[in-house]
Amino acid sequence: MNTATEILRGPVDCGGRDPALLRRMFRKMLEAREFEEQLYYLFLTTAMPGTMHQAVGQEAVAVGVVSALNADDTITSTHRGHAHCVAKDVPLNDMMAEMFAKREGSCRGMGGSMHLTDFDKGMLGAFAIVGAGIPIATGAALSAKVRGSGQVAVSFFGDGAVNEGIFHEALNMASLWNLPAIYIIENNQYALSMTVAESSALPDLAARASAYNMPGLRVDGNDALAVYDAARDAVERARKGDGPTLIEALTYRIRGHARFEAAGYRPAEEVEAWKAGDPIERFAAGMIAAGVAAEIELNQIRADAEKAVEDAIAYAESCTDVGADDYLAYITAEN
Amino acid sequence: MREIGLAAAVREGMVQEMRADPSVIVLGEDVGKFGGAFHVTHDMLDEFGPDRVWDTPISEAGFTGLGIGAALTGLRPIVEYQYLDFIYCAMDQVVNQAAKIHLMSGGRAKTPLVLRGPQGATGRGAQHSQSVEGYFMHTPGMKVVVPATPYDAKGLIISAIRDDNPVLFVEHKLLYGAASPGGGKALSDSAIQAIGMDVPEAPYAIPLGVADVKRQGEDVTIIATLLMLHRALAVAEGLETEGVSVEVVDPRTLAPLDVETIAASVAKTNRVVVVSEDVSRAGVAAELVATINDHCFYDLEAPVQRVAAANTPIPFAPASERHVIPQVGDIRAAVLRALSD
Ligand SMILES: Cc1ncc(C[n+]2csc(CCOP(=O)(O)OP(=O)(O)O)c2C)c(N)n1
Ligand SMILES: [Mg+2]
Repeated sequence: MNTATEILRGPVDCGGRDPALLRRMFRKMLEAREFEEQLYYLFLTTAMPGTMHQAVGQEAVAVGVVSALNADDTITSTHRGHAHCVAKDVPLNDMMAEMFAKREGSCRGMGGSMHLTDFDKGMLGAFAIVGAGIPIATGAALSAKVRGSGQVAVSFFGDGAVNEGIFHEALNMASLWNLPAIYIIENNQYALSMTVAESSALPDLAARASAYNMPGLRVDGNDALAVYDAARDAVERARKGDGPTLIEALTYRIRGHARFEAAGYRPAEEVEAWKAGDPIERFAAGMIAAGVAAEIELNQIRADAEKAVEDAIAYAESCTDVGADDYLAYITAEN
Repeated sequence: MREIGLAAAVREGMVQEMRADPSVIVLGEDVGKFGGAFHVTHDMLDEFGPDRVWDTPISEAGFTGLGIGAALTGLRPIVEYQYLDFIYCAMDQVVNQAAKIHLMSGGRAKTPLVLRGPQGATGRGAQHSQSVEGYFMHTPGMKVVVPATPYDAKGLIISAIRDDNPVLFVEHKLLYGAASPGGGKALSDSAIQAIGMDVPEAPYAIPLGVADVKRQGEDVTIIATLLMLHRALAVAEGLETEGVSVEVVDPRTLAPLDVETIAASVAKTNRVVVVSEDVSRAGVAAELVATINDHCFYDLEAPVQRVAAANTPIPFAPASERHVIPQVGDIRAAVLRALSD
């Protein structure tokens, strides 16, 4: 995996892994995928409010990283945050209700797709200002250190976000102070219309870590276990007090940038080639190849994931619409 | 005459200035190859090439500063923010640098810089819905332009580009016109008036600091900008059938502000409603109310009514967003209050 343009395919090596972990990861990736596939239809067919950004094709990054975390570790997310939330166990019902702008939504209908948050699950928030979550996760890492909690904080962000100055400011402080932070660049090759090479003078984004004197590595982001392994090592370092790690996960945004954006700036062959490296299908093939699960069992997991999302939609539809002045309760916190 | 939308009008103004003046350049995210997230810079890269149309990384503070540096040294940059919400990432460069350089240098430095982009609440939650002009109206050294029609937008963008100061040029997403992704929804906002769409093809400049009386009336004045101007006109039309004659004044620029035109209207009607999509507290409407009280106190027969966004981050739920942002009904109620006092 030396260049960002090299397309990654082939079964994930599932040999010697805990089957329960594998099944859980597979299920989580499927839930994230199905959640967004259904959202797409909902946006087409019903009066879905707002907009959304799909992470279809990028699920292995979210699931690989979060699988290496404890439940009380924290994450920050972005405008493209559904998969992070699914991975972090934010209930599908709460997420879907939020999409429908319902009172039972994870943000009470105040945030929407781009601001999903669930403090019970260590999901500190999705920040739709590109790069904004990077220092915030770093602050959570600082807090963990001050409180001696042993928690690790992860920031997910895109290849485009590394060009916000705040990326530099945050990583420098994290390394300077050995904070238990992990930075995950989801390099899906594009920031809206811009390729990595068109926006970063050094397209090897992991190499930036050297400027902050922290380890930086590049992984196959469509291999959930490669991501998991890299994240697990980073978590170990962080918990030991050895400081932050920067991980660049190479992946691909199969869909347009947002909702119905057509992504005409991408060559069709490129999209097709990456589709052939679909992280979920590579994982399924790996499980079968390693003899961990039979096709029939995987199909059951697929069906279960679909059912879970279907149930979430039915639940969301049965929830209460946000009242026009509900927001009055949330402008400033009660002391 | 042909009719065009606001996005096309802004583009035409920029293109004509770029043809006339090689020092005019454009910087921003996805403005080149992609033609801008709302298609405002469509085809401009093809015509002017990459030395004039710069596709930037996502680095608002950085490319704003580049714009300032280029402006100080002979260029006239137009900086686009994909949503004006993101100009806050560049707040220091705008407020501490661009706005202050002329004074700090004792008048030696000039910063001919246009900062432009879309704003307004369209169901996208708190970080993609704000009205930003209040912060910059508050900032001495800045000019602030708020066009409500394609005709005004073209004439004002041309003046903004020719101006030797940093100018914030605000575009409302719902006013872009159906051709842009942001404007598609415009069709669903029934208050938007098909006015000022006859846009002359030849370049023309509308001076900054000159308000426009968009509708003549006798009984009460509404002062409004951007989307709110359209809602004000819808209210005026409705009230006409009930025998109330409403004058609607569009300041068109908030800094400089055409106090004279506003005062003349108040002197005529003696009753005023100020409408803004900016938040109420210390916002655009608050400043306009204070200005009217300063200049027109003895002409007023009723307290000035302020209609502005509720003092809250903009909530996602559509029902809440509608509650927060002034609607036709809110403006109408304020006009009736102004008339009943
Ligand atoms: C500060 C800021 N600038 C611009 C945007 C508009 N915007 C939203 S997402 C995006 C592209 C982000 O690219 P990347 O970081 O690679 O994330 P991806 O969308 O690929 O997941 C842009 C330009 C924004 N939301 N915030
Ligand atoms: Mg990206």
